[in-house]
Amino acid sequence: MAQLHFLANPARFRRFSQRALPVLSFATALALAVGLYLALVVSPPDYQQGEMVRIMFVHVPAAWIAMAGYMLLAALGASLLVWRHPLAALMARGAAPVGAVFCAVCLLTGSLWGRPMWGTYWVWDARLTSMLLLFFLYLGHIALSRAYDDPGRGDRAAAILALVGAINVPIIKFSVDWWNTLHQPASMMRLGGPAIHPAILTPLLVMAVALLLLYVVLVLLRTDTEIDRRRLELAEDVRGVAA
Amino acid sequence: MTGFAALMARDLRLVWRRPADVAVVLAFFVVATVLFPLGIGPEANVLARIAAGVLWCAALFAALLSLDRLFAADHEDGTLDLLLLAPWPLELAVLAKCAAHWIVTGLPLAVLAPLLGVAFGLEAPSLAALGVTLLVGTPTLSLVGGLAAALTLGARRSGALLALLALPLCVPTLIFGASAVGTIADGMGGGEGFATHLAILAALALVSLATLPWAIAAALRQAGE
Amino acid sequence: MSHAPFIVGAYLVAFVALAGLVIVSLADRRRVRRDIAERGLERKR
Repeated sequence: MAQLHFLANPARFRRFSQRALPVLSFATALALAVGLYLALVVSPPDYQQGEMVRIMFVHVPAAWIAMAGYMLLAALGASLLVWRHPLAALMARGAAPVGAVFCAVCLLTGSLWGRPMWGTYWVWDARLTSMLLLFFLYLGHIALSRAYDDPGRGDRAAAILALVGAINVPIIKFSVDWWNTLHQPASMMRLGGPAIHPAILTPLLVMAVALLLLYVVLVLLRTDTEIDRRRLELAEDVRGVAA
Repeated sequence: MTGFAALMARDLRLVWRRPADVAVVLAFFVVATVLFPLGIGPEANVLARIAAGVLWCAALFAALLSLDRLFAADHEDGTLDLLLLAPWPLELAVLAKCAAHWIVTGLPLAVLAPLLGVAFGLEAPSLAALGVTLLVGTPTLSLVGGLAAALTLGARRSGALLALLALPLCVPTLIFGASAVGTIADGMGGGEGFATHLAILAALALVSLATLPWAIAAALRQAGE
Repeated sequence: MSHAPFIVGAYLVAFVALAGLVIVSLADRRRVRRDIAERGLERKR
């Protein structure tokens, strides 16, 4: 917890990110290179899905990151509301679009997986539908945080939304799973396959690490920008008052 | 407790003076419902199949319509500031407002929907199920909608933003409400009966009741900052 | 049906989306930094 408080100061965060970003960017590139090699070249075709399993190496980590990204927004929201950490709001503002893009990647890759496997570009599969609703939650957060002239008001409103949304995510997932079993035969091949074969695990985990590193890099980068942007806005306000 | 009753009474009185506000919402419900057969076609078995879903969706949209005024009027005339300073908990005031909203919106929708369901060819047991599920489900909609209204108080594009925020959170209620009616009609329900669906709807309402008033109060407080 | 176009398509979509986000984020950062420099806020704490 002490480390988190350490980073809560925007100036300290700036120094941290200046040192961390180059290292993390390099690590990301490396992990992506290894991961892509494993995913596209080394790993064997799946006995059920054939080559299509390779899409899973992007789709599944994107799903994990999209979910974790929303939990991060909730944690940052709590941090803002309870401890008033100045950085929490700025990081939430920077991180929300990243999570939304990962969510979109998950949906698009899932759709492309679905075309040869299910016959259509969209199927109301439980997991895809839950991910679609998560995407809407992200959009709501992004829109709400930018809906006010006073950015602080937007930050706090979005923080409450993120907390309520995070509690709702398991409820939404439960209800969509329920809805799906009502309306679909159980025999339909589930997105992601029935089991995770060990030969698939390694490329999957490496790609997951690579994409997670990319997420972190993007969030650090964008938080940096948000800090500067807030400084600009505050300066504008002061100018406006002084004028 | 008298504060709660007084607040509810005040809101209900305000609506009583302007019944058109309620009538408009119900009229929208009817018009929106009618659009579906016009768009999809009058084939009887298709309509019967989609009736529960259509009516639940239309009810959802109608319930959301009146929400952006839920707190806005009080915000504008200063009542909200008074409530923030009042001796009784803000959460109670929030509950009173959401309860009044439900009485004025959710309750009439639950009564009106079965009547429209006749036009979709639903049988009496399904109509009753529709009314009951809406009765149990609409309080959740009032609470979730109340949160969205509080979060968007004074925001740009608050109407559309409110819907964007509220609708995903209303999905569980929608799913269980509509599929509950389905269990009556064609025994669909994934093996679970109407009672199970209704119980889950009630559970959702209780969870909302236990958590959302605090979130709404928090949102109202930071609106006043 | 050959699966290759879908696999390539999926990786391409992911690449475009993520690389696009990186580029936009970098461009944003550069623009805001330039604005800060213009207003002479660099030295300010």
